[in-house]
Amino acid sequence: MNEQKPYSVSLPTGQSETKLTLAEGLRPRMETRGLSVYYGKKMGVRNVSMPIYANTVTALIGPSGCGKTTFLRALNRMHDLTPIARIEGEALLDGQNIYAPGVDAVEIRRKIGMVFQKPNPFPTLTIYDNVAAGLKLMGVRRRDVLDEAVERSLTQAVLWDEVKDRLRAPGMSLSGGQQQRLCIARALTVQPEVLLMDEPTSALDPISTQSIEDLLTELKKHVTIAIVTHNMQQAGRVSDFTGYFLLGDLIEFGPTNQLFTNPKDAHTEAYITGRFG
Amino acid sequence: MASQPPPIGARQSPLYRAFGDRIFLAALLLFGLIVIGIVILMGWQLAAGGSQAFAQFGLLGFLGGVTWDPVADIYGAWPFIIGTLITSLAAIVLAFFPAIAVAIYAVEYAPRWLGSILQYALELLAALPSVIYGLWGLLVLAPILRSQQQSIVTWALENQQDWLLAILGPPIGFGMTTAVIVLAVMVIPYAASLAKDSIALVPGAQREAAYALGATKWEVIKNAVLPYAKGGILAGIILGFTRALGETMAVVMVIGNNNNLPFTLFGSATTIPASIINEFGEAMDLKLSALLALGFVLFIMSGLMNLLAAWIVKRMSVEGRL
Amino acid sequence: MTPPSSIASVIPKGGNLRIRRVWNSVMLVLLVLGSIVVVSPLIAVLGAVLVNGLATINWAFLTQEFRPVTEGGGGVWHAIVGTLLMNLLALLIGGLLGFAGGVLLSEYPDHPINPYLRTISDLLNGLPALLKGLVIYAIIVLPTGMFSGYAGALALAIILTPIVLRATEGVLQLVPWSVREAGLALGLPRWRVIISLVIPAATAGVVTGLMLGFARAAGEAAPLYFTAGGSQFLNFNLGQQTESLALTIFKYANEPSVLRQEQAWGAALILTIMVLIASLLARWATRKYN
Repeated sequence: MNEQKPYSVSLPTGQSETKLTLAEGLRPRMETRGLSVYYGKKMGVRNVSMPIYANTVTALIGPSGCGKTTFLRALNRMHDLTPIARIEGEALLDGQNIYAPGVDAVEIRRKIGMVFQKPNPFPTLTIYDNVAAGLKLMGVRRRDVLDEAVERSLTQAVLWDEVKDRLRAPGMSLSGGQQQRLCIARALTVQPEVLLMDEPTSALDPISTQSIEDLLTELKKHVTIAIVTHNMQQAGRVSDFTGYFLLGDLIEFGPTNQLFTNPKDAHTEAYITGRFG
Repeated sequence: MASQPPPIGARQSPLYRAFGDRIFLAALLLFGLIVIGIVILMGWQLAAGGSQAFAQFGLLGFLGGVTWDPVADIYGAWPFIIGTLITSLAAIVLAFFPAIAVAIYAVEYAPRWLGSILQYALELLAALPSVIYGLWGLLVLAPILRSQQQSIVTWALENQQDWLLAILGPPIGFGMTTAVIVLAVMVIPYAASLAKDSIALVPGAQREAAYALGATKWEVIKNAVLPYAKGGILAGIILGFTRALGETMAVVMVIGNNNNLPFTLFGSATTIPASIINEFGEAMDLKLSALLALGFVLFIMSGLMNLLAAWIVKRMSVEGRL
Repeated sequence: MTPPSSIASVIPKGGNLRIRRVWNSVMLVLLVLGSIVVVSPLIAVLGAVLVNGLATINWAFLTQEFRPVTEGGGGVWHAIVGTLLMNLLALLIGGLLGFAGGVLLSEYPDHPINPYLRTISDLLNGLPALLKGLVIYAIIVLPTGMFSGYAGALALAIILTPIVLRATEGVLQLVPWSVREAGLALGLPRWRVIISLVIPAATAGVVTGLMLGFARAAGEAAPLYFTAGGSQFLNFNLGQQTESLALTIFKYANEPSVLRQEQAWGAALILTIMVLIASLLARWATRKYN
């Protein structure tokens, strides 16, 4: 469970084999085709087509306001909640367009979970109930099933050992980093196929950040991950693929090591080398 | 460096500055103490004014006394206390679900234009003078209710439902039912605008967390929004109840003002505030003291409910539970 | 690690999404119904005031004083004047008290008196207006033996004070601490910082508090019943018994004369418009401030 990350350098110059083997036999779990998001008349994201490969971590990077979060939220129909937002194009989950008529956004969000910038556990619920919330929504009432699912999710989120003796404590009693792992566990309980993470470590201290980064490598065995991050070192450390966004456009997408060492686009290179952003 | 202008305030002597601050704070403190003093004065004056009645009948004798007879100079508060509690409780029970429903609808469901109209309308109606609700109750609602009540009582008479007649009471249109409806109509915007404020304060991140788990809109409200806002909502309901307890004009205009127990559903009744207004005109000596004593009882009831609401907000708010 | 068992084996057979969708719709219908239940009587109240009031209000009604029914009934000019005068004085007294209390709460947040002041002020706000009139009756009207506009204004001031107090505290807290620190760093004493920097930055918010207080106090009839006493005559001297619109409504509504009842609706419309203007001003000031 707590195996070391296969690589620990800040920039992925010396890539580990795991990533190279991943590059073979890749299968897109999600894929967008010409996806655009508008806020009223304003364009948030323009005509983005990119795959998110199964059991990999895909990082979305770019300067503030470049549309990476907007894009991420389009992947599980969170924009449905913003009346002025409008989507064009397709986002496919296992080949099926999640924006097709008749597709239920509620079911889509069950399959595509999300972790947010700031930890947002339900403050009135205990640790246990926070993690079990998703299953309870789905009508699971059996105690043994819930117990098992809660333990499994907390274990996957590497929080079990820290909280197993106080599952009845309020979720808010945890530290910031623990709260974020609690939110990850909460998202994992319903066994999503894809987990979207919107700058999950931006509100956390370096040690908590480290623990969450460690976690991603383990998690991708079970779930496909897309992560928005401001932190390029983080993108380099945790991701297999990276998409670089600028002003609502996807400028470049490719394997992380390739994009970081040999970017095709001048903008990408400028951003990655820190000359811009 | 010598050419640089002296910093502002350098010419003021330290003595002046210390005195300025001290005088300023002392003035603020004086006014603050006056505010606190007003409440203490209210309690004290009402208790002192009512002491003659309390002394005459005994505290329990006054509170539990069922006779209010100015001719015989006998004063008991029980009919007023029970009338106040019944009307206020019934009003808040009627108001409970509609108030919360409209608050949820305005914040969570309504399109933006409708939501802001609703929210503003609730605030305005919460501020509408109670005497206007009383006017509406007296001139519009009571005549309508009277005819409804008459047809119900007629039905009961024809079917010889004597037990029902005893509960219903005389169908005059002025009484318990009318007062309760007017109070509920008054209290709803008040409780609803407090509830909508606390629902609007629920962070968007809480809603998103539930949505991202695959919750339907109602499940988001039930599992994320309402638990977060429940302290504020409950406090709003209690404050609505408190407002009903102390409501005077709207009640006195429609309740019929009768202090003979037992009260009936349609028949006239009374409350503490209504009786204070109603009996005040010719009050002297012991009767005046009894009215002030009633005021003191209302002061205690209303004060306790207010403190309870404040405690609930503190205790049940999400920030407070940590 | 436990191998993740499929979710399908855990959730009830066939999924529960359909039933959840049904619940979702049922609750929406209930909420809409509840909202209609709330809105319709409120529309009925406002509609009755508007329709009946408009039928009554004319220039004579606004500018004439009381006259007996046999002489056409006159108007409510004396009540409008009384309402405005008493509320003006109440705004001065209650505004000053509430404002000072709000400054104390916001600018000296660590002062030991603050928790008490905050609790007591909220308590005062929640106490029935009737009692505020009753206490002024006991300490002023009873000893002096006469009703007066001053006593009425005092009762209204007690109603206003806690509203202004909490509103003032709220807006002053919106002024960032850096403003105060900047002033203190210039060497200004604390009281100068508060008067010259903090309060001007929150003026519009203070107006909001005063208007909200006015909206509440202007509509109160019960406390004036024991204090101002009501009057049939126009007077600009608050030392005498004074009429207010809310008192007029109460008295006229209970009179058997249809004319008086119509006049009560007219007075109600004027009062509603006053409250509306005050709360719109409060809103406008808040918006301007933000």
